[in-house]
Amino acid sequence: MVHIKRLQEEGIDCIAIIGEIDASSSIELDLTIAKSVGEGFRKIVVDCTALEYISSAGLGVFMSYIEEFKDKNIAMVLFGLKEKVINTFTILGLADLLHICENKTEAKKLVNELSL
Amino acid sequence: MNYRYKIGCSLNNLKSIRDFIRTSLKGHGISDVVMNEIVLALDEMCSNLMIHSHHCNPEHQLELHIRIPQKGDLVFEIIDESNLFDITKFEEPDLGNLIHEKRKGGLGVRLVKKIMDSIEYLSKDGKNVCRLKKKIG
Repeated sequence: MVHIKRLQEEGIDCIAIIGEIDASSSIELDLTIAKSVGEGFRKIVVDCTALEYISSAGLGVFMSYIEEFKDKNIAMVLFGLKEKVINTFTILGLADLLHICENKTEAKKLVNELSL
Repeated sequence: MNYRYKIGCSLNNLKSIRDFIRTSLKGHGISDVVMNEIVLALDEMCSNLMIHSHHCNPEHQLELHIRIPQKGDLVFEIIDESNLFDITKFEEPDLGNLIHEKRKGGLGVRLVKKIMDSIEYLSKDGKNVCRLKKKIG
């Protein structure tokens, strides 16, 4: 249903989500982000190029980290969201609360700027 | 066209529910974005029902009916036997509070209300029916 991969590049933790995130699989996303934070990463980019679907359970995971990331000065940027996926964020007004970029190059640039 | 699907109340079945909805709506001139919105709203309704009314018991079943008329609204019915989980009576939490409290839930009902044009509950043959309608075009 969902595969999540992690790859570290230049001090940035890149989390790639492949497949669909729903009420049964959102826990995997949550655990992956928690692991990244636990390992001390301050710059996280989330590759959504292969994310085909996200329900409120997945949106809730991203939302639940907003405050914690502010407190700990952790920057997170999402990129590569398909139109139908970004629409889900937009319906709830979440697109304005998270950092979202077109591609990986922009995401890495923004995450570096945000963590300055 | 009418489509029907019956499935156990396990969250692991949500993927097959979504696939059923996509297959049913395919070929009816519905855009990718609108199709995803409908899939999302019904996924949220079914997962809420599974969690809150059936405690994810796979032996409990729910039915999903989809009616695609030649003209007019798309009609979706979710039918089950349980305590009613009426989302129209559910108070939507404030987005700011959700972020502040680091809560992961409470967004699904908001999505359903934004996506669907009407939501009503009725009782048929002793079963709960949640009927949702979506205008197309």
